Amino acid sequence: MIEAIVIGLAAGVVAGLLGVGGGTLFVPALTIGLGLSQLDAEATSLLAIIPVALVGAARQRAHGNVDLRTGVILGLLGAAGAVGGAALANAVPQRALEVSFAVFILFVATQLVRRALREQPA
Amino acid sequence: MALMARRRTLTLAAIGTAAGLFSGLFGVGGGVLMVPLLVLWCGFGERRATGTSLAAIVLIAGVATAAHGAYGNVHVQDGVLVGVPAVAGVLIGTELQQRISTKAISLIFAALLVVAAADLLVP
Repeated sequence: MIEAIVIGLAAGVVAGLLGVGGGTLFVPALTIGLGLSQLDAEATSLLAIIPVALVGAARQRAHGNVDLRTGVILGLLGAAGAVGGAALANAVPQRALEVSFAVFILFVATQLVRRALREQPA
Repeated sequence: MALMARRRTLTLAAIGTAAGLFSGLFGVGGGVLMVPLLVLWCGFGERRATGTSLAAIVLIAGVATAAHGAYGNVHVQDGVLVGVPAVAGVLIGTELQQRISTKAISLIFAALLVVAAADLLVP
């Protein structure tokens, strides 16, 4: 229980700092920290993302940074894709899911490095 | 004008569907995909893309959780125990972002992701 709270807090701090969503952090944290399977970690990560995105969206809206119409269109179409994605995650072999997730976070890592190198030193 | 509006709707449809697929398949919000595409294809500023993507993620993650829940994959207690403190973490992180350089943190986090990927790839 303590591990889960610490993981959440730490992942939240990094997400707030870097603007990289919670999920990229939640999934490895849940598999490595709590010993969940890749599939269960992904599903549980999605539940954890909801409050984070809700508070984040509310704060951004207060600053006038949310195009609500576009957000709802994206969200509704995304919801259809999400059902397909969840079905796919359950259909493919677990090993394939692990390998493709590894490739995905490696891609995110390269994006982070590129952005960091572009940034002017403070 | 009508053609442009239609084109825009089709673009949003493509972005939303792709982000949703990613979300359901990988357990992420899909912002990693939506933010750059909103900037590149729809001419959004970085902040507006981030804010709009967060609003979309509330819906996407909600439906993706329900879909995974139907398969019995969601650990509800763990999700709540991780998600609620994460909200506090994000508020702290956003506050810190204004004061410190995120360059070092980006690199450390990238290294962590490489370690996590290696952990998955090497059985």
